[in-house]
Amino acid sequence: MEVALNNNTHKLLSKIAINDGHGENSPYFDGWKAYDTNPYHPRNNPSGVIQMGLAENQLCFDLIEEWIKNHPEASICSPQGGFDFKEIALFQDYHGLPEFRGAIANFMSRVRGSRVKFDPSRIVMSGGATGAHETVAFCLANRGEAFLVPTPYYPGFDRDLKWRTGIELIPVVCESTNNFKVTLGALEEAYDKARESNIKVKGLLITNPSNPLGTFFDKDTLKTLVRFINEKNIHLVCDEIYAGTVTNGNEFVSIAEILEEFPTICNHNLIHIVYSLSKDMGFPGFRVGIIYSYNDTVVNIARKMSSFGLVSTQTQHMVASMLSDNDFVDHFICESKIRLAHRHEMFIGELAEVGIGSLESNAGLFFWMDLRRFLKEPTFESEMTFWRIIINEIKLNVSPGSSFHCEEPGWFRVCFANMDDETVMVAVERIKSFVLERRMLEIKTKAMAKNKKQCWQNNLQLKLSSRRLEDIMSPHSPLNSPMLRAQN
Amino acid sequence: MAIEIVQPSVGLSKIAVSETHGEDSPYFAGWKAYDENPYHEIHNPSGVIQMGLAENQVSFDLLEEYLEANLESANWGQKVSGFRENALFQDYHGILSFRKAMASFMEQVRGGKAKFNPDRVVLTAGATAANELLTFILADPGDALLVPTPYYPGFDRDLRWRTGVQIVPIHCDSLNGFQITPEALEAAYDHATSMNIKVRGVLITNPSNPLGANIQRKVLEQILEFAIQKNIHLVSDEIYSGSAFYADEFVSIAEVLESRNYQDSERCHIVYSLSKDLGLPGFRVGTVYSYNDQVVTTARRMSSFTLISSQTQFLLASMLSDKEFTQKYIKINRERLKKRYEMIINGLKKAGIECLKGKAGLFCWMNLSPYLEEPTIKSELAIWKTIMHEVRLNISPGSSCHCFEPGWFRVCFANMSEETLEVALSRIHEFIKERKQGL
Repeated sequence: MEVALNNNTHKLLSKIAINDGHGENSPYFDGWKAYDTNPYHPRNNPSGVIQMGLAENQLCFDLIEEWIKNHPEASICSPQGGFDFKEIALFQDYHGLPEFRGAIANFMSRVRGSRVKFDPSRIVMSGGATGAHETVAFCLANRGEAFLVPTPYYPGFDRDLKWRTGIELIPVVCESTNNFKVTLGALEEAYDKARESNIKVKGLLITNPSNPLGTFFDKDTLKTLVRFINEKNIHLVCDEIYAGTVTNGNEFVSIAEILEEFPTICNHNLIHIVYSLSKDMGFPGFRVGIIYSYNDTVVNIARKMSSFGLVSTQTQHMVASMLSDNDFVDHFICESKIRLAHRHEMFIGELAEVGIGSLESNAGLFFWMDLRRFLKEPTFESEMTFWRIIINEIKLNVSPGSSFHCEEPGWFRVCFANMDDETVMVAVERIKSFVLERRMLEIKTKAMAKNKKQCWQNNLQLKLSSRRLEDIMSPHSPLNSPMLRAQN
Repeated sequence: MAIEIVQPSVGLSKIAVSETHGEDSPYFAGWKAYDENPYHEIHNPSGVIQMGLAENQVSFDLLEEYLEANLESANWGQKVSGFRENALFQDYHGILSFRKAMASFMEQVRGGKAKFNPDRVVLTAGATAANELLTFILADPGDALLVPTPYYPGFDRDLRWRTGVQIVPIHCDSLNGFQITPEALEAAYDHATSMNIKVRGVLITNPSNPLGANIQRKVLEQILEFAIQKNIHLVSDEIYSGSAFYADEFVSIAEVLESRNYQDSERCHIVYSLSKDLGLPGFRVGTVYSYNDQVVTTARRMSSFTLISSQTQFLLASMLSDKEFTQKYIKINRERLKKRYEMIINGLKKAGIECLKGKAGLFCWMNLSPYLEEPTIKSELAIWKTIMHEVRLNISPGSSCHCFEPGWFRVCFANMSEETLEVALSRIHEFIKERKQGL
């Protein structure tokens, strides 16, 4: 069916419709396009692009599938669950099924080691965390007002928080010199900058654990942030969607725990949490987003707004059933952390062997890889050039730091939980080969440059090329580049 | 738990503190009365009967029968490993088989008189989201959409709240059965212009809520001509299209466009949902169908804020692809709704109440103006309160639907059993009898 596109109608659309606020013109998507046109498959396309730009958690589906098999009553389409079908299908109350709210509150608590309780009556649904962020922005800020966001941050925020709301995002610059921690100085600087530009700051948005860093905030830093927002009387929105990915033995502190331990530290009306099942459970398709606010008015209004993005009751019913099963939940959370840690360690261990370091981290579905020394110059142009090499030659879709608004070039986010073990090894081998080939090239280039001056260098080059790879890589080799250890 | 701290009050946005969410309207007050004292034929036979909720409960047995016979395809297939792929699927294009099934279902509802291209189907979590999303795309804050009165009270929130867009009413009255006229369109447009408000489109609901009537083909063509002449959009909310009692009496804007070879169609957009026709409001299945490529692309991107659960897409893809089932469902559903409608119309007639002659929807448009003390909204609300508290029926007053003539009420009939409907009718009968004696 051919429909003639009348160019005149371009002018008929809103400003929102024709601007770039959707964010899809960012280079961030070029890697995805490269992957989509040439996706890796172990048998059908072994030389294809491996997707390492998608923060998905695929490591524990076996546990979930087993639970589903053993609990047919969780599905309203099964004989056991079918008698609920009509009631569930008709239920459209934006409060959500009470058992759903209860199960989510229970899950959120267990993900935080049961160190804190959540009130089911404060649970508000949304269309994924994407919908949650937009709704919270609509509730807290007017068009033209701003949120402070520490860099580097998830690129989706540019769309989620700004596109239809018309609010601004002001970066709080974080640097590698102190492991990208958020400092009071950086916060004050960002806040003052906004003031000077006559932009009203309405809140601070943090992601804890951080995307893309994979680190989480320590208690002292959280307290500093809370005191800051309280003093400025602005909101604090805490995106905790990766809370369940913090590996065992590490003390992740949720903002909920800060409020519980230090109840007088701030006005609780300023604190709001965004959560979702997309990362911790691996359910991005089910669109289970949650807004949890300590502000009664915000709960009320966000709930009314949730009409624009309610969770399907079919999904609410299933999730309610699954997440009320405490034995399953505890086992899942524990096992997921173990598998994520193992995968993470495997990756960074292998990369360290070829001198590639990353920011030390204990959370998330990704790590923050340091490729600064591979850039010709410490510029974003060099970063993009090198990134295109990674996509087109090494055939890996990783995400360049510039797409996360990182102020320093050379950092890349690498996702590790969205593939099987074999694919991990293929990815690792590709990186290692690339690094080694690069080194060989450097060696040859240096040798050839010298050769122009001194003829006897020819003999040396021949000797070099006949040496075994291992010799070149040994720490004792004078031609070896300094090993970059993982930063602490 | 927290210690009370006296703090300066913290600012929320203007949107948050406005009342545009609309929940203070009488439309919702009746719901509260029902929630506090809901009718139950055994446990609470004197409770409030809910007649303010446009739900379709008359055909659930058909859905349940389908599910029983097709468990495997509804439940990720025999291999539970289908679960993983489904749980991970978050592409805003939606599951292809589901989009195809929606397009095919929309065609069947229109008796094959219009074709729908699955690539133009954009999925949203309900028609609520679809209407808001379209408004964001078609209008800027401060601009207006023209909407014929009476209209669904939810539009005040869906079209205006977060978008900042205004609604300028197109006045329709009972003299011609509340049909939209070219004069009314022009008057609304001029009114907006006189207030320096830019009109970006016309939004019609066809079949109409709350009228329960189809828009005539001739009127659709006039509205389209008007939109072309003013160079604005035309949004047709067709969520009740499967609830038209006679398949051949409902005309979709899609048919009008097809007959014109799609000339000028890039300004047209259709909203659809499964909440009414299939009776599945909880599943949040809505769609924007646009003939404008840029609108489709932008709507798809915006749908990220309101995607349909892939679990639900999967279930419904299999159900709606079964053409034998959907054909049967559409036909039987129409027949049952028609039967319900006739039951309520005749029952009201016996009580001395006239309704607008409608041939669609899950409700009828009842005229109580002869029973008002005065022809005012105040009297309308007075009789409404009486009906709520004494007759114990929750019906929706016309004023909450922005009807400019007092005395009209929307009465839903498809969200209850036939027995309950009989009880409601007998209560109305009694009420009118007493009222006549009293007057």
